[in-house]
Amino acid sequence: MESMNGLIYALASLGAFALCAGIVLAIAQKIFHIEGDPMIDNVDALLPQTQCGQCGYPGCKPYATAVAGGEAEVNHCVPGGERTMLQIADLMGVEPKELEQEASAPMLAFVREDECIGCTLCIKACPVDAIIGAPKQYHTIIADHCTGCTLCVEPCPVDCIDMLVKPELIEHWAWPLPDTKRSQLGHERREQHAGHA
Amino acid sequence: MPAMLRTLAQKLGLMAHTFPGGIHLDMHKLSAAAPIEDAGISPVLILPMKQHIGVPCTSMVKIGDKVLRGQKIAKSEGYLSVPVHASTSGRIVKIEEHAIAHPSGMGMPSIFIEADGDDNRDESLEPITDWRNVDPTILRERARMCGLAGLGGAVFPTFIKLVQDRRFPIETVILNGIECEPYLTTDHRLMVEQASEILDGMAIIMHMVGSSAGIIAIEDNKTDAAESMQEALTNKDGMDGVHIEVLPTRYPQGSEKQLIYTLTGREVPAGKLPMHIGVLCQNVGTTKALRDAVILGQTLTERIVTISGDALPRPANLNVRIGTPIRSLFARQGLEDFSNIQVVHGGPMMGERLRHPDIPVVKSTSGILALSQQAINAAHTVENPCIRCGHCSEACPASLVPNLLADLCRSDQLEKAEDYQLFDCIECGACSYVCPSNIPLVHYFRYGKGQISLARREQVFAEASRQRSEGRDTRIERENAEKAARRSRVRKTHAPKPAAEPTTEAAASTDTGSTTHPDTKPTPEEKS
Repeated sequence: MESMNGLIYALASLGAFALCAGIVLAIAQKIFHIEGDPMIDNVDALLPQTQCGQCGYPGCKPYATAVAGGEAEVNHCVPGGERTMLQIADLMGVEPKELEQEASAPMLAFVREDECIGCTLCIKACPVDAIIGAPKQYHTIIADHCTGCTLCVEPCPVDCIDMLVKPELIEHWAWPLPDTKRSQLGHERREQHAGHA
Repeated sequence: MPAMLRTLAQKLGLMAHTFPGGIHLDMHKLSAAAPIEDAGISPVLILPMKQHIGVPCTSMVKIGDKVLRGQKIAKSEGYLSVPVHASTSGRIVKIEEHAIAHPSGMGMPSIFIEADGDDNRDESLEPITDWRNVDPTILRERARMCGLAGLGGAVFPTFIKLVQDRRFPIETVILNGIECEPYLTTDHRLMVEQASEILDGMAIIMHMVGSSAGIIAIEDNKTDAAESMQEALTNKDGMDGVHIEVLPTRYPQGSEKQLIYTLTGREVPAGKLPMHIGVLCQNVGTTKALRDAVILGQTLTERIVTISGDALPRPANLNVRIGTPIRSLFARQGLEDFSNIQVVHGGPMMGERLRHPDIPVVKSTSGILALSQQAINAAHTVENPCIRCGHCSEACPASLVPNLLADLCRSDQLEKAEDYQLFDCIECGACSYVCPSNIPLVHYFRYGKGQISLARREQVFAEASRQRSEGRDTRIERENAEKAARRSRVRKTHAPKPAAEPTTEAAASTDTGSTTHPDTKPTPEEKS
């Protein structure tokens, strides 16, 4: 009889604990409910947000969705380069993969205004609303907002948009690694650029 | 003595406070006995638009304009900024990019003034002789208007520090006359020759921040400066709370945080300013410039520059107009051939190696050095592997572990480097100096810091782009929904009539697109 009582107590207390835990979990699920897949946002936060579509998806968010869903490989982001690929691979817990395409130097779109006919096609193409203008008015690109995605070049009927190398600002200059071949090359290029060869 | 034992002794009050680490250098103060000479006015003066830490200025003049000495020619565009003034009277001849003392070798938009030789002053600023009865905020505005920035070399806008904040009352004003860099003697000569003027400036600072205690800090390799300051202090009224501290020479004692710790025993927390622990530290040269700005109404148009180095025939201390090309100063001191010579802007420990001597003197130019190439090559030849001797950690005045930090920076483990307080590094160069393996440690830290700020900037840009892209998507969605709603409305009202009219209307609205649609409110993105 003694042992029977012990059994009942044990079962009852465990049962009561399970019930309490169940209630707490149910409440927690309601309170801390998350809309959507947090993984998509986490991947999206690592992408450079150029919205260039070079990954084969219409923008950074769609690519992030595909990666998070396991549909796309981690190595499709061209402007993000190796660093972004490694970060995504790390986040997704998959093996890093070789990049398919080297990232080019940061670019800026530039409208040759005297040739622009004001067709607004580039305005519609710009994924970050970095082009201003109105029908039959010159369009121009807000350099501070341009991501260099080149999506405006294709729709232009008169080919008046150039992709220029983003000018280097003295405030944004960063020290190169000391005494490596790569840094020396960069120095030479900078010297030529400044005209003090 | 091991660092821990020393800290313990200091905590117990057995030893005077002194900053950790530090090194003893050969001081090479070649120009210590040379009185300050006036360098005259160069035929063309070159004034870069940004000579301080912070936001660049924009030009207020155009080519052909006549300017007076002290006239404002470029105005500050942000809070952390001070204007630029013409350093002599003359004509603006061009405004274009010119090389400045920057490790990148890049240029900066600069204003070129052709001197007319008359050197007429702009007298529009009234001298404030009874500054004791003037509100500190007016004096602060004067400091800003006169373009004052820290002349010790960091060129932080001076007016920002000269503030009375109820939350952080300044208890002690420290006058920094340490000048711990080798070769440089500008503050030294200024203290010997113009002690009284410096004390006037210090009194103004103490009035501005409402403090009555002050310390004048001088290293013991400048006893003549200490004597001169002491003499001036005894003759000056109303400076009873001020005393002179002569400290043993050690590099980098002149660094603000290290000096404050040595003098007060209080540490400036990481990411905070001296103001937050009730201390204000001001360089001797800046203090003198503040005095000139207030009492004489003069803007910052000249500074004292030490011109020295083992390759220079006549080392000297010169009173130089800001904007003077340094090549002409070297020529004045007898150096014209720059083959096998390395020109350095600033001191040898923290200054920049210049690629050519065609840069102007700016507000940060405390010294210009011509060092023979052999002297530089002897210091750094080949980087050898780290042997874990720990000398760098012992020398670090910020109590960091330089060899570990350098490894982290080299292998791009930048988050970890930040955890090891990379940003507390003051780039004094003590670790690189003592390293027996010739590892360019500070260079690695600069690389690491640059990469971190680059990544931060990219992240900010990506976040902004993401928002713009999302804003565009929602706008397009809304417009499509509105269009659909209108179409269905039109279809309903015009249902019995022939279908031709509404279709053309709908087609027209689709043609003109989003930019001209009257129903669509412009989103903020469109406005910008």
